[in-house]
Amino acid sequence: MIDAVLNSSTSLTVRQKTHWSDRIAHLSLALVALALMVFLAFPLGAILMQSLLGKAGEFAGFSNFITYAQTPALLTSLWNSVWVSIVVTVITLPLAFGFAYAITRSCMSHKSLFRGISLIPLLAPSLLSAISLIYWFGNQGVLKAAMQSVGIAQIYGAPGIVVAECFSVFPHALMILITGLSLADARLYEAAAAMGTTASRKFFTITVPGAKYGLLSAGLVTFTLVMTDFGIPKVIGGNFNVLATDVFKLVIGQQDFAKGSVVALLLLLPAVLTFAVDHYVSKKQTAMLTARAVPHRPVPSRGYDMAMTAFCTVISLLMLAMLGMAIFASFASFWPYNLTPSLRHYVLGMVDGEVGEGFVNSLKMASGTALFGTVLVFFSAYLLEKTKGAGWLRAPVRMLAMLPMAVPGLVLGLGYIFFFNALSNPLNWLYHTTALLTLCTIVHFYTTGHLTAVTALKALDGEFEAVSASLKVPWYKTFWRVTLPICTPALVDIARYFFINAMTTISAVVFLYSPETKVASIAILNLDEAGEIGAAAAMAVMIAGISAVATGVFMLLARLVDRRTQAWRGTR
Amino acid sequence: MRLSSLYRWSALATVALISSVALAQKTQVLVYTALETDQLKAYQEGFNKAYPDIEIKWVRDSTGVITAKLLAEKGNPQADAVMGVAASSLAVLDKQGMLEPYAPSGLAAIQAQYRDKKSPPAWFGMDVWGATVCFNTVEAAKKGIPKPETWKDLTKPAYKGQIVMPNPASSGTGFFDVTAWLALFGDDAGKGGGWQFMDGLHENIAQYTHSGSKPCNMAGSGEFVVGISFEYRANSNKAKGAPIDLVFPKEGLGWDLEAFAIHKGTKKLDAVKRLADWASSKDAMALYGKNFAITAVPGIAAPLANVPADYEARLVKMDFSWAAENRDRILAEWTKRYDSKSEKK
Repeated sequence: MIDAVLNSSTSLTVRQKTHWSDRIAHLSLALVALALMVFLAFPLGAILMQSLLGKAGEFAGFSNFITYAQTPALLTSLWNSVWVSIVVTVITLPLAFGFAYAITRSCMSHKSLFRGISLIPLLAPSLLSAISLIYWFGNQGVLKAAMQSVGIAQIYGAPGIVVAECFSVFPHALMILITGLSLADARLYEAAAAMGTTASRKFFTITVPGAKYGLLSAGLVTFTLVMTDFGIPKVIGGNFNVLATDVFKLVIGQQDFAKGSVVALLLLLPAVLTFAVDHYVSKKQTAMLTARAVPHRPVPSRGYDMAMTAFCTVISLLMLAMLGMAIFASFASFWPYNLTPSLRHYVLGMVDGEVGEGFVNSLKMASGTALFGTVLVFFSAYLLEKTKGAGWLRAPVRMLAMLPMAVPGLVLGLGYIFFFNALSNPLNWLYHTTALLTLCTIVHFYTTGHLTAVTALKALDGEFEAVSASLKVPWYKTFWRVTLPICTPALVDIARYFFINAMTTISAVVFLYSPETKVASIAILNLDEAGEIGAAAAMAVMIAGISAVATGVFMLLARLVDRRTQAWRGTR
Repeated sequence: MRLSSLYRWSALATVALISSVALAQKTQVLVYTALETDQLKAYQEGFNKAYPDIEIKWVRDSTGVITAKLLAEKGNPQADAVMGVAASSLAVLDKQGMLEPYAPSGLAAIQAQYRDKKSPPAWFGMDVWGATVCFNTVEAAKKGIPKPETWKDLTKPAYKGQIVMPNPASSGTGFFDVTAWLALFGDDAGKGGGWQFMDGLHENIAQYTHSGSKPCNMAGSGEFVVGISFEYRANSNKAKGAPIDLVFPKEGLGWDLEAFAIHKGTKKLDAVKRLADWASSKDAMALYGKNFAITAVPGIAAPLANVPADYEARLVKMDFSWAAENRDRILAEWTKRYDSKSEKK
């Protein structure tokens, strides 16, 4: 270190040398890469290796791939997965964009209320949305007749999957889009206005290009999340086969890890595509917020604000209808035959389901995930975006950051068993600890957090770093004094996202908990399995309640932070 | 004087504390299970009455998840014992050499068909769970659908789009249904009567679910009229107030066992053997009998309200090893016929 300092001070030549603090950045980046290798790449490799093994654990080459390619079911599932994911993306993206646009670029009132409501799908396990959909549109559903009158015979199958997935991926897309839209340079709009540009032209020439990275990321995230989700197709998919349920059938139904990992490998393809697109777009994206930028402030306009409020109200009502039905179901004695309200599901869930102690574990894990996850995600995104050098490290880290969203939870969970439970692994003391559950959850939800952080950072001009570098200010000072304060809203968003998802995640942790570290969301799955749908809904509602309180705390935090750090935005 | 008495008291307190800690030093055993949570409590209490110094820690999940987890942990096993997991799953673990054979003290009383054939056995059965059809009487009355008596009844046009059954590729319950039909009506490498029956049944199936409980839950909530499920789920749903009748088709019923096994390599072998002894005892069987009509030791379970007296006689003769050996072929054939087609309109 001292050497490095001496070096940099003695060699003040014209050619800019690597500042000693850049070495720290490289070292940090290497550490991030190492962490992602150990907690993502290696466990994933451990399970995907199985795809090369035969029945007795012998090396089988590509025979599993060949057998699988010959199954007629493959093409059907693949095609189903792809078209459903495309439909969901096409529906969700414009809706989420409209919602994000209303929140960032209009003067409608009750913005934080709308933002809060838009998080509802994250608050409870995805199981809940499937349960409420069945209660709304199932064969005993309240609105079954209305659904059939528009030509859909039954909710089970593609229609159910599409609706439930749209609902569940909405907040993921929204978070990225809000970040993408919230940073804009008012000068561009002023210039356009001065030249008499129409509103629609401003939208298509300034707003959309500025949010291009966010839009693409949101679209790809939506597509991939739908491809890999198996919770919803499992409950409401009926006989509609998708790749993710094929993985479930192979791994859980037949314990055929070899073929299961073949399908899991197939599911990784969209992530590779995402990586490629991301790489391409990254080069073309220019910063929206230059160092001289004047933050854009929406101007009140009655008709436009009313229209935006109306749009957000409709979306919010749909979200509330989903949650409302679940709450109703949790209080009904025996749906649909005995609707007298009772608390028996809550009692049963708390006492028999032993969810009580699970809640404590869940809170521990969720707090850990929010804290460490946010620090890791943001710091590594910063290192990737804003520091220079060590180019060979960057592509692998970017790739690793994109992978998690394409890995179905159950594949990740099994990979963790194979890797961390191995006797030869020096880290095997982590197995069955809350720490490992936390790490697994951070990795599982890494991508959306990463993309949000990158979207926020990309909107910042590189000039900040260039100026600091020329002033010989170490990058970490710029990070601490400039970047971090500007990005705090995104940071709070990421922390909240991690927290809420950690409260409800099931698929990966189901393989990793021990009797001491059992979390509440797992009990919900068990209750549903046991036919206690009411109790499952009740516990999901309780988790949603806790997450809602946490969301409130985060919003309060955001407001406080906003007041302290976002003062630069408002000169008025 | 005052001070010394204080010392004496604190010394006493320390001794008391140490001895209580020593008392609390129970042997802990980690048991993987697929049993219901309410059953776990009863069994744990029963066991601790006999062996208060052994503490059971449970890891509970569905049969598929528990089996997958055990197989994935094979390299460095965590579980000391497996209790209440399907015998067909334990047979898979046994094939991988993961089970420690042991003859528990109650083995002699267990019927031959309800234990592993080897001696000492790798696993022994606790109770039987057999195929049961949940029939929603309210919805059936609304739609004018008659109550089925036999499997063949279910292929009649009246049931079109009203039947739910577990997918044999995802669920053990679904798989024993299929093997039982093949045993009853004939397999003949895809050409037998069993397949013809399933062709007919397929015409009436609304959905193949991913769990064995789901069909009965769906029938219970009136989503569909007929759910092919298993006895315990049917009984407990009815007890909760679901308007269902339990039907035990006359031709014969597929079944599996909830079984017990010791995990090879456990460091707590003595404690786990005590658990095995208890799990095979009459006391334990009496507890199983509260939830299941057939226990591995005969003549212990009190008759259950909704289960016919000749239930045990209706069970088909199951050949677990035949089913295990032919599993891949049966599932491939089943998937080709019924699962690979896209959804029927």
